[in-house]
Amino acid sequence: MRYDEIFAAMLKRAKELLADGTVNRVIGWKRGEFSYDVTPAVFETPEELDAGFVYDAFCGANVSKYLIRESEKPGRILCFLKPCDSFSFNQLLTEHRIRRENVYAVGIPCEGMADVKRIRAAGIDGITGIREEGERFIVSTLYGEESMDRREALAERCLCCKSKRHPVFDELIGDEGEDAPDDARFAEVARLETMTAEERFDFWRGELSRCIRCNACRNVCPACTCENCVFDNPASGISQKAAADSFEESMYHIIRAFHVAGRCTDCGECSRVCPENIPLHLLNRKFIKDIDELYGAYRAGDKADARNPLVNFTEGDAEARIVHERGKA
Amino acid sequence: MQVKEATGFVPTIVAFCCNWCSYAGADLSGTNRLSYPANVKIIRVPCSCRVNPIFFLRAFQRGADGVILCGCHPGDCHYTTGNYYTRRRMTLLFSMLDYLGIERNRTRVEWVSAAEGQKFAETMRSFAEEIAALGPNRRLADLRCRKDAEEAGITDERGSGDAV
Amino acid sequence: MKYLPLAGLNAFLERAAQSRKVYVPVDEEPGKSSYRLWTPGTVVSRGLNTTRSAKDFFFPQTENLAGFRIEDKKIRVLDPRRETEDFAVFGVRACDAASFGILDKVFLSEPEDTYYKNRREHGLILTMTCRRPAETCFCSVFGIDAANPGGDVSFTDDGSGWYVEAHTEKGSAFLSGMEELLEDRDPSGAEEARNKTREIMARLPLAGLKTDAFGGGKTKALFDRPEWAELSEACVGCGTCTFVCPTCQCYDIRDFDTGREIRRFRCWDSCMYSDFTKMAGGNPRLTQKERFRQRFMHKLVYFPENNDGEFGCVGCGRCLRSCPIHMNIVKVMKRLGEDDHEQ
Repeated sequence: MRYDEIFAAMLKRAKELLADGTVNRVIGWKRGEFSYDVTPAVFETPEELDAGFVYDAFCGANVSKYLIRESEKPGRILCFLKPCDSFSFNQLLTEHRIRRENVYAVGIPCEGMADVKRIRAAGIDGITGIREEGERFIVSTLYGEESMDRREALAERCLCCKSKRHPVFDELIGDEGEDAPDDARFAEVARLETMTAEERFDFWRGELSRCIRCNACRNVCPACTCENCVFDNPASGISQKAAADSFEESMYHIIRAFHVAGRCTDCGECSRVCPENIPLHLLNRKFIKDIDELYGAYRAGDKADARNPLVNFTEGDAEARIVHERGKA
Repeated sequence: MQVKEATGFVPTIVAFCCNWCSYAGADLSGTNRLSYPANVKIIRVPCSCRVNPIFFLRAFQRGADGVILCGCHPGDCHYTTGNYYTRRRMTLLFSMLDYLGIERNRTRVEWVSAAEGQKFAETMRSFAEEIAALGPNRRLADLRCRKDAEEAGITDERGSGDAV
Repeated sequence: MKYLPLAGLNAFLERAAQSRKVYVPVDEEPGKSSYRLWTPGTVVSRGLNTTRSAKDFFFPQTENLAGFRIEDKKIRVLDPRRETEDFAVFGVRACDAASFGILDKVFLSEPEDTYYKNRREHGLILTMTCRRPAETCFCSVFGIDAANPGGDVSFTDDGSGWYVEAHTEKGSAFLSGMEELLEDRDPSGAEEARNKTREIMARLPLAGLKTDAFGGGKTKALFDRPEWAELSEACVGCGTCTFVCPTCQCYDIRDFDTGREIRRFRCWDSCMYSDFTKMAGGNPRLTQKERFRQRFMHKLVYFPENNDGEFGCVGCGRCLRSCPIHMNIVKVMKRLGEDDHEQ
C-alpha cells in the first residue's frame, strides 16, 4: 500500500471511531513546517484531524510509550501502530504498563521510514518539502529540486526491518505482513565481534566520546519507563547530569542497554534521536544476539505472556566463562 | 601474600561473595590457614543474585583492576534459584564488556561452596595472577579515582581541558 | 580590503596555529560537522553549522571549579584554575557569534564568572558569513545579519575565498601578522557576497516569524495560555534542545568523591529534566508542561525583560534539527503568536 492510501484509510477510520464513540481521542502524528518534522500528537475532533493529522515516510516516531500516560486518562484512545510500534506496545502490555482496555489499537502497514539525516548526508540541504514519487523522494529545497532513491533515504532500522507483522491489534489496515530474516540486522554486530578487543575499544570510544548525555536515547525508549531513573536519582550514588570522563560515558551506555536487555524490541528509536549519530542500536542488538544464541531465539514484544530471558533460566545454561573462551581476545 | 609482577604492580581485586556458600568458603580457607592474596577485597552479599551490573562497574570505577563474583554452585542456592539468574545476567554483562573492548579476563564468575576453602584460595590466587599480568585497569577505569593514574599525570576528565 | 583565497586557507591556519590553538569545523560524516583542533592536513568543513554550538569553547559541558583534600585533619582547598592558553575558533556563524553576547550578559555581569571570563579573554572568534543558509535558519528574526557576523575577525565568503576584516583590537593584532598571506581586493566583491546572503535570508521559510507577542512584560499574557499543554504534550523531556543550543546557560554544581579528594565541578543542566532546580521541599516545576514552558518563556520573555529587550534565542535552528519529536521554538512562537491574547 502507498502511504497516501494508508493515510486515507486511517483518517476515515479515525473519524468513524470518534463518531461512534469507540474512542474519544486519537494519537498519531502531526504535520510540521517542512514535511520531515512531524510531531506525535493527540487529536480529539475530526476538525483537528483534518488540520494536522499525517502519516507518511517521516512518521518514524514510535507512539507506544505515550500510551502509558494516555491509557491512564478517561476514555479510550485510538492509536495507529506501525509493526515496530506494536512490538513495543505489546512489550509494555507484558510489563503491565498500559491499560489495554483503554486503548484501541489499529495496526498500519509501514513501507519503511525515511531519515532526514540520510537525506542531508546525501548533500541535500535547505529542505522545505519532500514528496514520494514511486521509488524516489522528490525533495524541494531552497536551492532547487533534488531527488533521491527512496531506499537511500531509509533509516538503518528500516533497511534491515525485523518484521512487518503486528503482534497485537484490534483491527488492521491493509494486509498483515511477515517477519523478515534476521541476518542483516546482526551483520554489523557480527562484524564488531570479529575485531580484536583493542579495535572494538577504539571503535566504541570513538562513538561514545561524542555523547552529550542529552538522555534522548533513554527518554524516547519505549522500554525505559522507570518513574525515577537510576541516573537521575541522587540516592543511587551514580546520578549524573553529564559525563565527567570516559568512564561515565561507558557506564551510562552499558547500564542503559543492559536495563532494556530482554525487553528491547529493537525499534531503533535510540539511534534515530541521537543528535550525535551514535549507533546505539548496536549495543541493544548485541544483547539480543547474545540472548538468541545462548538461551534460544527470543523476540521481546512478540508474545504478551512470554517470559523475559533475564528472569528465566534453565539448569543447563552456559557458564559465564563462555565469554572468555570464545573468539578472539 | 601479595601477587606482584616484576613491574611492582599490585592489582586491586574485588570479590563479591554470597553469604551462604562462598563467604563461608573464604572463612574456611582462613581457618585452614590457606593463603590467598591480601589484595583481594571481599564484599559479602546475601546472594550472588544481589549483584547487579552497576556493582561491577562501580568496583571498576572506584579502582578495581579485576572483579570476581562467587556464589553457591548451581542447584545449591540458599534461595533455590538466585544463582541461575546471576549466571545469565553476568554472562550477558561480561559479553557486553568484551564487546566494548574491555579486557575479558578482568571479570569472572566462580561457584565456591562452603566446604571449598581450598578452591576459594586457589581461585583467588589464579585470578589475582591473571589480573596482575593484565596490568592496571585503564579501559574501564575512572581515572579520577586512580592514584596510579594521578601520579602518572593521566587524565581524561572533560572538565580539566582547555576547550572542546 | 584583505582577501584570503580558498587555496590560501591552509597556510593561513598554519600561521595562526603557531601562536595559538585553532579550532575549525570538520565534517565527521556527510552532513554533520563538529569543531576539532586544527593540525596540518585537517580539512575544514564547507557545510553550515556544527551539531554542537561554539558556546562549548567558553562554557564547556563540564568544568572543574574546586577541589578539597583532607591532609593532617585540615581541609585544603584546591584551585584547578589556570590561565587558559590562547585559542581561536574559525568558522563561527553569525548566530553563534551573537550567542556570545547573550552568554556575556549572564556570565560577565556582577558577580563575574571568572571561569568563563578566563576562556573568553583568551578566545579569538573568527566568524564566517553563510552562503547556503538552511531551511531551519531564522537568525534574521532576532535582528542578526548572517552577512555581517562580527566577532574579532569576519570572513565574508564569496565562494572562492573570503574577504577578511578585523572588528576588534584583538582581531587587528591577529591579522597584522598575516598580511603577506592575504591579497588586496576591491571591497565591492564583499558587498556583492553579502547581498547574495541577504537575498537568500529574506526568502527563508522562517524569515517571516513574528516576535511581537513576545518580549519583556509579556509574562502575564503568555504564562497561562492553554496552548502550552498541547505544545508540550509530546516532549520526551530529554535535554537535546538545551545542549545543542548556543544560548542555554543553566548549569548544576556537583561534587565527586575520588577517594582521595572531592572534585567540585559544574555541568550543563537542562530545564527539560525532571530534577532541574530540585531542592529540599520539592521541585517547582512538577510536570513536563511547566518545564517546557520555562525554556521558552526564558528565551522569549524573561531574558528580554532583564536585558533591554534582547531575545535569548539567536535562530541557529539546531533545536529544529535535533529534537527527537520535532517540537521547537518556531512551532511555539507560531502557535502562541498567531492570535494575540493580550488583555
